[in-house]
Amino acid sequence: MKKKLQILGTGCAKCIKLAANVEEAAKRAGIDYEIEKVTDINQIMKFGVMMTPALAVDGKVKLVGKVLPPAELENLIKG
Amino acid sequence: MNWKDEWKWLAGLAGVFLVLFYLPVGVPRFDNAVLEGLYLAKSYAREHVILCLLPAFFIAGAIGVFLSQNTVMKYLGADAKKVLAYGVASVSGTILAVCSCTILPLFAGIYRMGAGLGPAIAFLYSGPAINVLAIILTARVLGIEMGVARAVGAIAFSVVIGLVMHVIYRKEKDGQDGPKMMLGADDGMRPLWQNVLYFAAMIAVLVFANWGKPQSETGIWHLVYASKWAITALSAAGLGVMLVAWFSVPVVKVAAVAAVTAAFSLTFPHTPTVGFAVGVIGLSYLTSTQEGEMQEWFSGSWGFAKQIMPILFSGVLVAGFLLGRPGYEGIIPSVWVSSLVGGNSLFANLVASVAGAFMYFATLTEVPILQGLMGSGMGKGPALALLLAGPAVSLPNMLVIRSVIGTGKTIVYVTLVIVMATLSGYVYGTVF
Repeated sequence: MKKKLQILGTGCAKCIKLAANVEEAAKRAGIDYEIEKVTDINQIMKFGVMMTPALAVDGKVKLVGKVLPPAELENLIKG
Repeated sequence: MNWKDEWKWLAGLAGVFLVLFYLPVGVPRFDNAVLEGLYLAKSYAREHVILCLLPAFFIAGAIGVFLSQNTVMKYLGADAKKVLAYGVASVSGTILAVCSCTILPLFAGIYRMGAGLGPAIAFLYSGPAINVLAIILTARVLGIEMGVARAVGAIAFSVVIGLVMHVIYRKEKDGQDGPKMMLGADDGMRPLWQNVLYFAAMIAVLVFANWGKPQSETGIWHLVYASKWAITALSAAGLGVMLVAWFSVPVVKVAAVAAVTAAFSLTFPHTPTVGFAVGVIGLSYLTSTQEGEMQEWFSGSWGFAKQIMPILFSGVLVAGFLLGRPGYEGIIPSVWVSSLVGGNSLFANLVASVAGAFMYFATLTEVPILQGLMGSGMGKGPALALLLAGPAVSLPNMLVIRSVIGTGKTIVYVTLVIVMATLSGYVYGTVF
């Protein structure tokens, strides 16, 4: 099944970094995925997230307020 | 030839050509303004970068990594005590909003999922004014007095504006319709006293390295001034000890960095910036080569440097070009500035507030711009008014705020900001 990876962030430098790391982690994990960037502040609020950047996997928030290296993200994406 | 794509190039090239063709080089006013821009940039590079900005970046980075944002957020949550929430909201910008780009999501979060409209507004207003980098640079460039007035003004008025908003809209059900707040995990926070000592050491380095020469040759302030480098070195040494003791940086590395720093400081006793710069490079080496939180600290600080330095320097160049160094004229005649915002009339304060509210200041550029304006004759009161209204609202962020709280509340908020900034500028200008 295709995993939906959503990067929540208004477009600051950290959000771009997180998006790049998530992409790399997903490729490493070898899963079928699609990445979506959520930049609208009201959409981000619907996730309950207020500290950006954040990562949601299949609609579930997995990471809030910081950037992790690809190796650590891999577990979050798989789990 | 595909004109649909190529027209942009044509327009761009033609534009550059026209600018160059009519470039007013040789007109004294223009030439002088270009020089002023360069002079101002040079004075920033000489006076503010090594001793002030570099340590400030490290402090900002440390706040982001070592202080628990979540602890603060708990006081702004949905079931927080209201009175407490206002107080926390008005000062929490220092910890939560190390950079202005994080303010809007937090604002929206506090409004929708947390303590509601009042505290959210208080946070939105004070945040940009009391983030560490803004306070440090304001105090350094525009004087301690202005730095303190900015922080105090922002905190006090944020509570007032938040309360007024709450009273006006008290009948509306406050936010809290959203989902539960998602907070990040706090991993391995160290005890409070360790954090306090650690930040105290960093702040001591910053404060004493920048200790200004007092007017009198005697007394306690002069004593501090005379021994400022000794105190700075001691604080830095204390920081080194803490790095070894609490952050498990190898003692050999820290000792080596300390030795090299000391050697450079003693070799160039008359230019302490050399030793200071070596110390900063040493700290960068220690933090960036260490796995885990040390590296996070470094990359946080480095992130701020990358984000802010280019904007700040172009801001300084532009401010110098437009307004000149203090005491000199840029391209805008000083008379214009002093006739609009000179003195401390209500009108001058109002003009400054309105201009500040609609203008967009990229992070920290309000400082060189204000320095230029004050040099051209802007009064102290209007300067504070602009500092208070400026970074808190701008046209672009009004649009985002509007999408969160609606048009009516946004208009009320902006009006309140302008009125409050005008009043506080007026009071400040009258008293000082």
